[in-house]
Amino acid sequence: MSPQGQAMAFKFDGAAGSAHTTTVGRDVRETVGEVRVNDPRIRCTDINVHYGEKHAIKNISLDVGKGEVLAMIGPSGCGKSTFLRCLNRMNDTVRECRVTGEILLDGEDINGRHIDVVPLRARVAMVFQKPNPFPKSIYENVAFGPRIHGLCDSKADLDVIVESSLRKANLWEEVKDRLDDVGTGLSGGQQQRLCIARAIAIEPEVILMDEPCSALDPISTAKVEQLIEELRQQFSIVIVTHSMQQAARVSQRTAYFHMGDLIEVSETDRLFIKPRHQLTEDYITGRFG
Amino acid sequence: MTNPSNALPEGASSFARIQAGMAKRRAAERRFKMLGRLAVSVGLLFLSVLLISIVSKGYTAFWQTQMRIDVVLAAEDIDPEGTRNAETLRKADYSSLIKQSMRDMFPEVSGRRDKFALYGLVSNGAAFDLRDKVMADPSLIGTKVSLWVPADDDVDMLMKGHIDRDAAEGDRRIKDNTLGWIDQLKAEDRLELRFNIDFFTKGDSRDPELAGIRGALMGTIFTLIVTLSLSFPLGVAAAVYLEEFAPKNRWTDLIEVNINNLAAVPSIVFGLLGLAVFINVFGLPRSAPLLGGLVLTLMTLPTIIIASRAALKSVPPSIRDAALGIGASPMQATLFHVIPLALPGMLTGTIIGMAQALGETAPLLMIGMVAFIADVPQGVFDPSTALPVQIYLWADSPERAYVERTSAAIMVLLGFLALMNLVAVLLRKRFERRW
Repeated sequence: MSPQGQAMAFKFDGAAGSAHTTTVGRDVRETVGEVRVNDPRIRCTDINVHYGEKHAIKNISLDVGKGEVLAMIGPSGCGKSTFLRCLNRMNDTVRECRVTGEILLDGEDINGRHIDVVPLRARVAMVFQKPNPFPKSIYENVAFGPRIHGLCDSKADLDVIVESSLRKANLWEEVKDRLDDVGTGLSGGQQQRLCIARAIAIEPEVILMDEPCSALDPISTAKVEQLIEELRQQFSIVIVTHSMQQAARVSQRTAYFHMGDLIEVSETDRLFIKPRHQLTEDYITGRFG
Repeated sequence: MTNPSNALPEGASSFARIQAGMAKRRAAERRFKMLGRLAVSVGLLFLSVLLISIVSKGYTAFWQTQMRIDVVLAAEDIDPEGTRNAETLRKADYSSLIKQSMRDMFPEVSGRRDKFALYGLVSNGAAFDLRDKVMADPSLIGTKVSLWVPADDDVDMLMKGHIDRDAAEGDRRIKDNTLGWIDQLKAEDRLELRFNIDFFTKGDSRDPELAGIRGALMGTIFTLIVTLSLSFPLGVAAAVYLEEFAPKNRWTDLIEVNINNLAAVPSIVFGLLGLAVFINVFGLPRSAPLLGGLVLTLMTLPTIIIASRAALKSVPPSIRDAALGIGASPMQATLFHVIPLALPGMLTGTIIGMAQALGETAPLLMIGMVAFIADVPQGVFDPSTALPVQIYLWADSPERAYVERTSAAIMVLLGFLALMNLVAVLLRKRFERRW
């Protein structure tokens, strides 16, 4: 989704929301559950996001642990994608988007004045909803990141990085004989795994995934989910998903967003079995959203 | 609820209603297709009328009547002292030698007026051809040489059938006695239509039989080189900055509006600007391809910028996100991923701009590229003219022989345009193949 489109969606949703809820005037809902973890990779405190007039994220605090998969669920337009994009400052590219609050990556504020977004995004890489491989060869797709960041000294180094990244993305066996074919010629699921390979080639600390399986068929989805499970050993993963089953399958912790509020954060098992907030329960039982 | 065009009984099934309406829909579709075909055929018809008229008028210009003359190269006329000095050879009076040879062919001609008409059968350029021949090979001096020289344009026109022999003597450019000489020359196989190499190797001339397209062609090539090398990088850079990096505010809006307006400014205004700024303020040489290129750059820039911006806009944002999401700087994302995707569109815009520049006459008139220039320009600082201006000049000349040259010059212009487009298409193909 284009940044403008996203902003529009929020605006629309906001208008619709305020029309039929009775919570006008109530500003912030308290978050229920375990917001903090020990030894976090990312620690967000009091994050607020405004798109022009629209208050899209309301005072959210949340931690991302090391080596965990954190799933973010919630109805459309609830702010989960916006929050995700705060974590590597992709919202910078959106006009009229204002982010306040403190986001510490390994204890360092990524919104700090001296922080350069380029190395930041090399540490917190992103995989998008729609598979978006570059219209270049499979090899070039994976090699682009290491090359621009200067992670390789020679062609041989690069070959090694490309192969290991594709192997980690469970794609190597399928493409090893046609690395020179264009990435856009692969199937949807392969393309998405190629995008993941492209992200892990730069050895980030965190991978953000914005509904990575929403455009994929069930078999490709299963492959990507299996991949997420394997990648957890090395990276922290934050995944936005529309599918509660997926959140339940892949994540250790789950956060439920509702209209810009973070309603509840719990261990995934607990959240789905025993939600503590009424809104969470309504959502996961299908009464809302 | 019966409507008049659909005379089905009330309660007919929707399928029956759809069936009943199908004939009308198909007819509408056929009409639509026919209209499209009609439009295309009308366009093709006009195009072919244009091309046929140009080619049928112009192809004769590629042949030129040549006359074989026998010239006695007497040493005492050319080089009395026998030094074979280049300067002496150059200054010798070759035209009197040619006149002598004409007199030798027609010894019976007497009287000043008749002799003048006789000399007029040969082009003024013959003396230069003879001089070049002698200077290239001085050993010819003292011998009698036989050489083909261009005939006068009136002779040429007669040979090509553009002068009516049956008209009254007062109504044609060639008088009866001249007609007799020409018939005699023809009978002696001294007149022949030969391929007109001079047309492609020489510059403009007051004598149509000597006038060539090369000066204008080189002027156009130099002008377009200057235009392309300035307007493509400038246009693409401006478009990339405005589209990818510039903040959206009142200033950039203002710039955008101005660029769009500039694209619609009449081209002669750019010529005036070139005259006022480049010649009067910066003192650039007038009539030079450099100047023409600068003016045409101003004219093509808006076209290229607008087309390039459209091309950049059409690159899906997901490509930018993909690059930025793994830590590419905005410049790297633009340079490695966005620009390559937008390049075919940018090239299309550039070609449209260059084709405009190729055909542009008005601004060049304002900066002196309309002057009569006989020399072929050797660089961007030499005075020159351009193909469309040359066409304009020849179309304006009174001699009958310029009519076919005008059409021939148009053919050269169109050929050049086709060549340029071909290169652009090949380039675009090459860049497109990469994804």
